[in-house]
Amino acid sequence: MSNRLGRLAPAVGALLVLAACGESADPREETDAAGGDDGGGSGDQVTLVMESWRNDDLAIWEDVILPAFHEQHPNIRVTFQPTAPDEYDAALDAKLSGGTAGDLITCRPFDVSLRLYEQGRLAPLTDLEGMDAFGDVARAAWSTDDGAEAFCVPMASVIHGFLYNTEAFDELGLAAPETEEQFHDLLGQIAADGSYAPLVMGTADQWEAATMGLQNIGPNYWNGEEGRQALIEGAERFDDEPYVAAFTELASWAEFLPSGYESLTYPDAQNMFTLGRGVVFPAGSWEIALFNEQADFEMGAFAPPLPEGQDTCYISDHTDIGVGMNAATEHPDEARAFLEWTTTAEFADLYANALPGFFPMSDHDVEVDDPLAQEFLSWRDRCESTIRNSYQILSRGEPNLENQLWDLSAQVVNGTVQPADAAAQAQSGLERWYEPQQ
Amino acid sequence: MTRPRTSALPEGIDTEATTASGPAVAAGPAARPRRRFRTHVVVFIAPAAAIYTIFMVYPLLDSLRLSLYAPRDGVHTFVGLDNFVHLLSDDLLSEAFWNAVWNNLVFFAVHFFVQNPIGLLLAALLAAPTLKGRGTYRTLLFIPTTLSVVIVGFIWQLIISPVWGFVDTPLLGQSSTALVTLALMSVWQYIGIPMILFYAVLISIPDELTEAATVDGAGGWTTFWRVKFPLILPTVGIVSVVTYVANMNAFDLIYTVKGALAGPDFASDIMGTLFFRTFFGFQLQQGSSTMGATVATMMFLLILAGVLLYFYGWQRRVESYEL
Repeated sequence: MSNRLGRLAPAVGALLVLAACGESADPREETDAAGGDDGGGSGDQVTLVMESWRNDDLAIWEDVILPAFHEQHPNIRVTFQPTAPDEYDAALDAKLSGGTAGDLITCRPFDVSLRLYEQGRLAPLTDLEGMDAFGDVARAAWSTDDGAEAFCVPMASVIHGFLYNTEAFDELGLAAPETEEQFHDLLGQIAADGSYAPLVMGTADQWEAATMGLQNIGPNYWNGEEGRQALIEGAERFDDEPYVAAFTELASWAEFLPSGYESLTYPDAQNMFTLGRGVVFPAGSWEIALFNEQADFEMGAFAPPLPEGQDTCYISDHTDIGVGMNAATEHPDEARAFLEWTTTAEFADLYANALPGFFPMSDHDVEVDDPLAQEFLSWRDRCESTIRNSYQILSRGEPNLENQLWDLSAQVVNGTVQPADAAAQAQSGLERWYEPQQ
Repeated sequence: MTRPRTSALPEGIDTEATTASGPAVAAGPAARPRRRFRTHVVVFIAPAAAIYTIFMVYPLLDSLRLSLYAPRDGVHTFVGLDNFVHLLSDDLLSEAFWNAVWNNLVFFAVHFFVQNPIGLLLAALLAAPTLKGRGTYRTLLFIPTTLSVVIVGFIWQLIISPVWGFVDTPLLGQSSTALVTLALMSVWQYIGIPMILFYAVLISIPDELTEAATVDGAGGWTTFWRVKFPLILPTVGIVSVVTYVANMNAFDLIYTVKGALAGPDFASDIMGTLFFRTFFGFQLQQGSSTMGATVATMMFLLILAGVLLYFYGWQRRVESYEL
């Protein structure tokens, strides 16, 4: 045995030497060369590092978005440096306090970023040129509570709705539902046919039940912004009828979910849908890019169906991503130049088309080519937009409403908590620390 | 004397156990004539001691210190035991904490009552003189231990998934079954550790003893329980305490499979995941390094209590035999 290995060793060694001599195409060498050949002026070039949690978008930033910026600003080089989404906040915190964070910071909406701003980690951007391209709702996610100071440029929002498998729809002779009654009929028909799971969602990761469930259909019940503001002001309570009704509708999904949905994770659900084993997927628009790639059937989308007696439709058009500047950056001018560029129509166009499903929030007219993304975007014209009601202010205390809604929504779907109890628990959670609700 | 010599031993336990075995043993080196100070001893110990101090002792002490502070107007201020009072008296926090402690004890109990007995059984079978292909079995049984937790979590999630796997019940999705299922996944992975520790002691038992027992008319069953088991009792203790320490510190598998919220409804939340959420925050929940350090200190104290209990209640009483 050892003898045989002994004879192999020189052969392996020779192979390694050969491999090392081969012509390698190390992408890093190319970048270096490109950097060095810029008219010999590379000495003046400033490199900016951009922190982000969107590791899925690395290629798009490197290949599409950043090259466009570099062309206009040859003296600035931006590197996109993402961290895994669930580690981003903790990692960023550590890097900022350790002084090793990048120059540009991708901003989570509301309190996470507001806290960074109040600690002096994020630079104020109120007077940034181009900020007037954004409306109040877009800026709200990255402004102080009174709206006076802004600290991140709004980059993209995501819209909730339902994706469906058009082939399965055609096969079963179904049409996209407008009302909740039609929605239930449709799910019932798919269930009766038996060859597909009617609705594909799991509760194992908890957040889908809250985000793609409750926050998806909820705005129709609490009338979008009106209800969200009323909750913040204390004029409405979480155990009021609309919230109980939203939980009740969510609970009614249980019979249409795949069997064993309690242990179905988010990736499981994504795979089930794109493999064609289910028909309707409660979704966020961010799924579009990945699903386009993975599903080999045509997809359609419909907005959250209207509850009985409701005429106006409301959608969750959630401000999700912003970009700001590290207050401790050594290159504030260059960083501002980049941020100004992100407010332009050019950026909005590049971004919206490179990442279908992430919708720019600026007022520029942007043509989105992807038909699914277009469908989502079209709801902005006929429905009222709102954001998730647990994000602004209401998750500042303990218990934190967002985390509580994850737990409660998952349990409502699992059938371990009744809708009315869930609403009551969310309310008592708020009452515990939030003065306007006490 | 059959004190196990294993690398899996926490350092503290090993040294203390030696001194605790009484002056009779300790008197050995002291009785020798005095020699001049041996510099090379210091040279050899220094690197390990320095690294251990910098990366283990100092952070531990500093996190104990941090638990006595709280942010007041953005500055860490000394608050004495306030954090502990808050942790144990606040209705939300104390509920989460005791839930985590209880779940942690269940997690440990599953390992103690399933992993270690099966480990012992496998070791006894492996040590059977008539067994063929021993090396193969030993390797196969030990392989899961060397796998990454992420892989183990992923494989088992697929195996017991109602969609892709063989089990129709959503074992990981029900609060009644999630924790025990996770514990059994971990048992499957780490069964090799107690097995190999027991095995090492079992094969070191001289054949004369078992032969003598056989001559006296004892069967395999009697020989094991009357001759071998008393000889491996000290190892049973060590394995138990190592299991306790490892499980009270557990985090990775549950985080990998269930995430930091350790659902459903915190049914699989253990102290490690609670610490993670408290220290780093989660989604919109803000982290608190001082409250996190308080949870970590409580973990440390619970582990310390368990180890002391083992040490005074077992290690000093159990008889070990010179072979």
